[in-house]
Amino acid sequence: MQLEYFQLIDRILDLNIGEKTITVEAQVPEHSTIFEGHFPGFPIMPGVLLTEAMAQSSGWLLLGVMKFERMPFLAMVKEAKMRGFVSPGQLLTIEAKIEHEGSGFAVTSAKARVGSELKCSADLTFRHIPFPDPALRVFMDAMAHKIGFPQQAMPHD
Amino acid sequence: MSSTFDQIATIIAETCDIPRDTITPESHAIDDLGIDSLDFLDIAFAIDKAFGIKMPLEKWTQEVNDGKATTEQYFVLKNLAARIDELVAAKNAGA
Repeated sequence: MQLEYFQLIDRILDLNIGEKTITVEAQVPEHSTIFEGHFPGFPIMPGVLLTEAMAQSSGWLLLGVMKFERMPFLAMVKEAKMRGFVSPGQLLTIEAKIEHEGSGFAVTSAKARVGSELKCSADLTFRHIPFPDPALRVFMDAMAHKIGFPQQAMPHD
Repeated sequence: MSSTFDQIATIIAETCDIPRDTITPESHAIDDLGIDSLDFLDIAFAIDKAFGIKMPLEKWTQEVNDGKATTEQYFVLKNLAARIDELVAAKNAGA
């Protein structure tokens, strides 16, 4: 997890295009300036970052299902529930599932756990559009490689 | 069984918190009811699920942007209901 770059997902453990599910890991860093303010003496991951981590997990799933032809952007967060504190150094396992594929949008559900303990969940809606800039596509390809996006799920030119 | 329009009107009322009795077949979703594009995503999701279809929003939007269709053809509710009926019929014909 590189909080300063908003790169929250470290690795993809499983991507099932047929089932439209993904499981990823996100390692919360031991140290970050974020924890100095949130909160002094009681550092915890902000709920907005946990929501973003669930959104990025869903985003990788959608990229895979859409064969990297379109880029998803978070549009709506529903039923976001922060069920327990997430502390520095903890390892998040995040699962996401596509609930609906509409025309130009998709809806996912996501859950994040530490060990077996459910820490947060949300229903997320994304708009998706063709990549607005080639540089973004290059960047996402590089990120996909970095986090172990399955090669067989990557489009080959 | 309620009509397609009634189902759409109920979805819009519940999704956008608009009084049901203000929604008529002549209502324009955008111009009269003030539904924005984000709320319409929610409505599309609910309609897709309720009718088991995939409303081709991108195609419709493109047609409007290209001047090949008017927003009234898709977003006046009686017309939207007709489009949905067509999509349901096409789905059933292909099933």
